[in-house]
Amino acid sequence: MPKKVQSINDSPLVNMPSSSYIPQRDLYKTPALETHHLGVDFGGLRAVDDFNLTIGATEIAGLIGPNGAGKTTVFNLLTKVYEPTTGTILIKGIDTHNKNTVQLNKLGVARTFQNIPLFDNLTVEENVKLGMHNSTGYDMMTGILRLPKYWKQEKAAHDRALELLSIFDLQDKADWKAGSLPYGAQRRLEIVRALATDPCLLLLDEPAAGMNPSETSELMENIVKIRDTFQIAILLIEHDMNLVMGICEGICVLNFGKIIAKGTPDEIQATPAVIEAYLGRKKED
Amino acid sequence: MISFLSHLISGINLGSVYAIIALGYSMVYGIAKMLNFAHGDVIMVGAYISFCASQYWGLPPVVGVVASVAVCTLLGITIEGLAYKPLRQAGSLAVLITAIGMSYFLQNAAQLIFGPNPVQFTSVVNFGSISLLGGQLKIRSETIVTIISGVIIMVALTWFTGKTRIGRAMRAVSEDKGAAQLMGINVNRTISTTFAIGSALAAIAGVLLCSNYNTLMPTTGSMPGIKAFTAAVFGGIGSIPGAMLGGILLGLIETFGKAYISSQLGDAIVFAVLIIVLLFKPTGLLGKQVREKV
Amino acid sequence: MKKKILRSYLITFGMVIVAFIFCQYFQGHGMSRTLKGQLIPICAYIVMALSLNLVVGVSGELSLGHAGFMSVGAFTGVIISGWLLNGFGVESTVMRLLLGILGGGLTAGIAGFLIGIPVLRLRGDYLAIVTLAFGEIIRNIINCIWISVDGKSLHFAVTNNVPGTVLVNGPQGAVKVARIATFPAGFVLVLFTLVVILNLVNSHPGRAIMAARDNRIAAESVGISVLKYKTMAFVTSAVLAGMAGALYGLSISTFDPSKFDFNTSINILVFVVLGGIGNMSGSIIAAAVLTILPEKLRAFSDYRMLAYAIVLILVMIATNSAQVRGLIAKFAPKKKSAVKGDDGNA
Repeated sequence: MPKKVQSINDSPLVNMPSSSYIPQRDLYKTPALETHHLGVDFGGLRAVDDFNLTIGATEIAGLIGPNGAGKTTVFNLLTKVYEPTTGTILIKGIDTHNKNTVQLNKLGVARTFQNIPLFDNLTVEENVKLGMHNSTGYDMMTGILRLPKYWKQEKAAHDRALELLSIFDLQDKADWKAGSLPYGAQRRLEIVRALATDPCLLLLDEPAAGMNPSETSELMENIVKIRDTFQIAILLIEHDMNLVMGICEGICVLNFGKIIAKGTPDEIQATPAVIEAYLGRKKED
Repeated sequence: MISFLSHLISGINLGSVYAIIALGYSMVYGIAKMLNFAHGDVIMVGAYISFCASQYWGLPPVVGVVASVAVCTLLGITIEGLAYKPLRQAGSLAVLITAIGMSYFLQNAAQLIFGPNPVQFTSVVNFGSISLLGGQLKIRSETIVTIISGVIIMVALTWFTGKTRIGRAMRAVSEDKGAAQLMGINVNRTISTTFAIGSALAAIAGVLLCSNYNTLMPTTGSMPGIKAFTAAVFGGIGSIPGAMLGGILLGLIETFGKAYISSQLGDAIVFAVLIIVLLFKPTGLLGKQVREKV
Repeated sequence: MKKKILRSYLITFGMVIVAFIFCQYFQGHGMSRTLKGQLIPICAYIVMALSLNLVVGVSGELSLGHAGFMSVGAFTGVIISGWLLNGFGVESTVMRLLLGILGGGLTAGIAGFLIGIPVLRLRGDYLAIVTLAFGEIIRNIINCIWISVDGKSLHFAVTNNVPGTVLVNGPQGAVKVARIATFPAGFVLVLFTLVVILNLVNSHPGRAIMAARDNRIAAESVGISVLKYKTMAFVTSAVLAGMAGALYGLSISTFDPSKFDFNTSINILVFVVLGGIGNMSGSIIAAAVLTILPEKLRAFSDYRMLAYAIVLILVMIATNSAQVRGLIAKFAPKKKSAVKGDDGNA
């Protein structure tokens, strides 16, 4: 049985009219994410179809499924790296139609990637400062002329960057080139960079990939800590079932681009369709 | 009407020359992913060999053409082996600068040998001209040979890359070097072969170009080289029909632009059309759109 | 980190200032006439190299038409200076030079914006070919423009039939330019360029430009509009190139549009690559040395360019080939880490 990470936010799930679950505490808050009939075609192939999901304002949700189920494609749709063919995406109740990746980030969607695309030639601190792009408001002229606003905002950004880095114990490595960090630290830095954009919905694409069990359990605690501190929603793709079952409140299972099950970790583990998707159908004889 | 037809024919003629150069450019780009700026100067070398063959050695034109193709093929392989091969793993800028260095080298070497002044180039084809429409429209034999060569080369190359073993290896290497190597394809030899073919085409283009315009100097190749590269991009770089289409369209645009809009702005019109096309079709007319992996 | 940035500022500015004082001293003490004549063009080429390095090194885009912006700036500078002198009787050379350089920067900036907005959507080699095309278009257009000043008004024409004092004479280019540019003015422009580029690189917009270079998708995922920042770098670079052009144009009496052709763009790119991509001090040194050296080697004019070509190829192979690098690393293992530490901000 996977270990549960305790949180001050623990509350039961309630069923929503859209056949989604959200935590009870989020019932009277605008959900961080709502999708309706989301779908995308790649040259005739339906990669994601009729994807409906609601994520509460402070929920930690999991998106799981076998390889090639379309999980990362969902992330790419939610961040508008791909333009959806059908359906709507609401972030904090705001329709994202005609908005691009940059505008979605400004609305509060931040994400990490499987291949950890850090700005390798910049320092750790600079990577985090770049995450603060939306709140660092001075323009090019202010920067070139070194006006007082430059000094003030640079100082504020520096302090905030170190504060965020300290969540993941990276503050000592602030001057390192991001590309020279070890693998696990790069993953953590990417999460910090995404957090620095001040999101309301954080999308984590396989955050525990390549981590050993002790690193993973530390990561689990950190994810819960992030949610508790910043009161944001987190949606994560993960193959490590201990992590998913340990921290996710609601889980959504995807197979061949379609949702095959939604529910609490206990419900998901008991759903035959999920077991079948992962292990294959039992041969009838 | 007659003048329109004659512009049309000379446009296709110029376009065919561009297309032959562009085919070489495009193949090399497709496989080595580099802008081979020395390609234009290989054209010039090819023309000089043919020039020497008839002027100094008194060989018949056909032998001159064969000699120039042979020399340029060797030159292409040598350039690739000496200058580009050590830089297989290097950044694209380093390769670009090396190619530019190679272009300077060829131009200045030619200038040392033949001097900076233009020489009179005798056409290699001389069976008069065809008169059409009661003598109002004359088509020179050079034009006919150029256009026919262009078509033959395109058909041959399409067959070669589609149906032969080496051709398939070339396409594999241009898609993915690593995977091709794992499939047992000799990547280095394939790239060498591509340079050889590209340079042989450049030699033919050089002879045809100079047969049409009858002058030759060390910088003869650079402008047609740039234009041919533009043509390759215009048609969609890496694509054989694209290079052919781009070359012919470019020749037509240049000829008509010079004739009907402004004789001085011919080049500006060509380049302006290129920019406009790329804005609407960022990968050229027949280029493939590639989806970015995330 | 702060210390490292400060040190790189000090080294770069110190180098430029010392070189300036050195040149000023030797101008009165035995500097050859040809070298004296080269001082202002060297400043102009240094600014060109720095501004191209902003595009190639910091923004990571290849531009093969940078001389086009120089051309726009040079002709604007000459026109403004001639207009002020002939139309408004402005005698002050400092005033004319200043306004000429500012005007050159402005027009080149506008050209950079117009070409950058559509073109920066293209990637990699397509961008290169379009900038190349742009450079050729500029050259071609200036080739068939005649500009003159008559009274207070400027006249533009596409034939040589223009009234008053001719400033730009079609294919002959700018004629009878008042040579008002001075070496100290060139020095100030180099300093100005350095301040702009180094301050930009070490500020948030500069970091955003580098982020867009390193990873487009990651940059967009943290809210950085890649197109905006690439355009910012490109336009800033065009402005600086235009200023360099105006300085250059106002330092020689006659020049024609073909002065700023594809080969000039390539030469500037060679400065940037040999000086080290993204390395501003390197650009300065490479631009200065590679402008002086060919002049010094005029005696061997026949073999000069051939040797240059060979050296260029050899340097590229020596610095970029995996085998050669391995060989160097074998004999001097320390060298590699030194190189790695170099690609910082200055």
